[in-house]
Amino acid sequence: MSEPALHLRGIAKSFGTTAVLEGIDLAIAAGEFVALVGPSGCGKSTLLRIAAGLEAPDQGQVLLGGQDVTARRAADRDMAMVFQSYALYPHLTARQNMSLPLVMRRLTAAERLPFAGALSAVRAKIAAIGNEVAAAAEMLKITALLDRKPAQMSGGQRQRVALGRALVRHPRAFLMDEPLSNLDAALRVHTRGEIVELHRRAGVVTLYVTHDQEEALGMADRVAVMLGGRILQVASPDAIYRDPAHVDVAAFIGSPRINLIPAFIDASGAAAVERHVLAPRLGGAVGSDVVLGIRPEHLRLTPEPGPGRLPARRERIEFLGAEALVHCRAEAGGTALIARMAPEAAERLRPHTHLHAAATPDALLVFDRQGHRIARQALATQEPAHAH
Amino acid sequence: MPTSAKTRAAALESWAAWRLAGPTALLMLLLLVVPTLAVLALSFTDAELGASDITFLGLDAYTDLLTDRTFRGALRNTAIYVALVAPASILLGLGLALLIEAGTAGRALFRSAYFLPVVSLIVAMASVWQYLMHPSFGPINIALRAFGFAGVNWLGSSDNVLAALAVIGVWQALGFNMVLFLAGLTAIDRTLYAAAEMDGVRSAWDRFRVVTWPLLGPTTLFVTTISVINAVKVFETVATLTQGGPAKASETLLWVIYQEGFVYLHVGTASAMAVVFIALLLVLLLIQTRVLDRKVHYG
Repeated sequence: MSEPALHLRGIAKSFGTTAVLEGIDLAIAAGEFVALVGPSGCGKSTLLRIAAGLEAPDQGQVLLGGQDVTARRAADRDMAMVFQSYALYPHLTARQNMSLPLVMRRLTAAERLPFAGALSAVRAKIAAIGNEVAAAAEMLKITALLDRKPAQMSGGQRQRVALGRALVRHPRAFLMDEPLSNLDAALRVHTRGEIVELHRRAGVVTLYVTHDQEEALGMADRVAVMLGGRILQVASPDAIYRDPAHVDVAAFIGSPRINLIPAFIDASGAAAVERHVLAPRLGGAVGSDVVLGIRPEHLRLTPEPGPGRLPARRERIEFLGAEALVHCRAEAGGTALIARMAPEAAERLRPHTHLHAAATPDALLVFDRQGHRIARQALATQEPAHAH
Repeated sequence: MPTSAKTRAAALESWAAWRLAGPTALLMLLLLVVPTLAVLALSFTDAELGASDITFLGLDAYTDLLTDRTFRGALRNTAIYVALVAPASILLGLGLALLIEAGTAGRALFRSAYFLPVVSLIVAMASVWQYLMHPSFGPINIALRAFGFAGVNWLGSSDNVLAALAVIGVWQALGFNMVLFLAGLTAIDRTLYAAAEMDGVRSAWDRFRVVTWPLLGPTTLFVTTISVINAVKVFETVATLTQGGPAKASETLLWVIYQEGFVYLHVGTASAMAVVFIALLLVLLLIQTRVLDRKVHYG
């Protein structure tokens, strides 16, 4: 990767004695769309505000196109931000809201005086701004709304004007702080697609903060999962889901939640829950405690017992239309388990209350006691050690 | 059957509503509507307290007022007083609120200090002002003389008396306006300032122009209304410090009404003046709410 377009390097921030961010490193390539996802209070909004320059980090730098802008105030960083509450000026029309960033940047204080519009140079600048606002409005299909004030618009329309205000001045980076979370569900899904499309057309580096993992996975080129003031993993949506680096990432991403089963590595190197061997020849240090992660779609339930199967009691079947969720509880250890399957398959399980859960070893994720993933390579190299 | 049951239920409900609203309605009638109507009725007469006969004057009572030099002088003086006190107390109140809001230390101290005149008794404080403004040994004139200026006869000269009373009026109204503006400032969404910063709004003046002033609109309207009403109602300082003098130069509306009604016992004339006074206030209120309200509420 060449010079990152936006680089947050070694960022730390605390409020009083509470450390909100600890050693954050995030490099975003030119034109990339990165989603910063985490539960509320994980520090993602603070990180965004630091990137914007609205907040100063205690440590670390913000680099924009390789240039250190940490000491530069937000107004001089040439980034645009879309706020969760949209933060439109209530006394200005949509047109005036969208013009403001251009007016503030292109007109001097004297040119912004009410009577300065009479000067031809100023008139030309104002006309240019009007054209650019009209073009941005055209792109967002809000031309008809331009003369309305925010109070006369719906939430979705306000959101578009807020996007327009960010878009109109072609900033060096877009920062978005949960821009969709005030919209209703249907509009949110629709607007997701539009924001991705706008990003593709503008080609500007975008940092998108959300607590909604679906949004993050569905929109971003790469997802940064943030928990407790740290970025635990930055990877493509697919890799975040299939190949989580940490048990917390695995638990945060995916709905319903991944099944996490506490287990230990027995003398033969197999992962076992009490006396049930769940995954033979898995590797890992003999005698150590591990956590096995199995996505609901990889958990297979059968009425028949067998090796590598964990006895579980069926609790309820949840029908969701295209799929069904079968909720069980492992008899050993009492862990709650969820399996995702076709509704017909779930229906076949209905007569049985005693089931047996198994997972294909390929889909099994193994985490050590600290929650770090035990990589497949490590498993593979350990395998021959106890094969003979 | 069901319809009659429905009407019975509706009748019961309206009876319950009347019983609930009744006491308040009665009190409002007795305490607000009846006295106002009584004043209105008296204003058309030449009623005097203690005199047995009352003559109905009709509109002549009002045309007499318009030619009455005392009343016209009082109107003029009140207008000047309001024109001095209202803008000064509004602008200074806003300035103080902005300074206190922007400051980091001593917020509570400054807030209390400037609010003190609001809660203090103006009649008692008037004696302090009388001392401060005393032509020969008042600290204000002593300070002026120390800097080489001539002393001013603050309350004793007809040229200065309204200005001197206005200073006291501003001093008294300032704290209240400041507190209202402070409340208005805290109600402004912080993200709007963040948005303005992102939009390239750099200077404090632009921040004020783009965010603070427009969003303070409803507060400013309210403060203006309250300030104007309070200034029109000026009475205590006049009664304690000048008694309308010298040479009627500080006679204000309320002072003249008080004189007519309670000193000369001309109840009819005082009532007519009171009606004009109330009408003036209503017109001011109407102008403010109708014209300005549309400009400051963005809903």
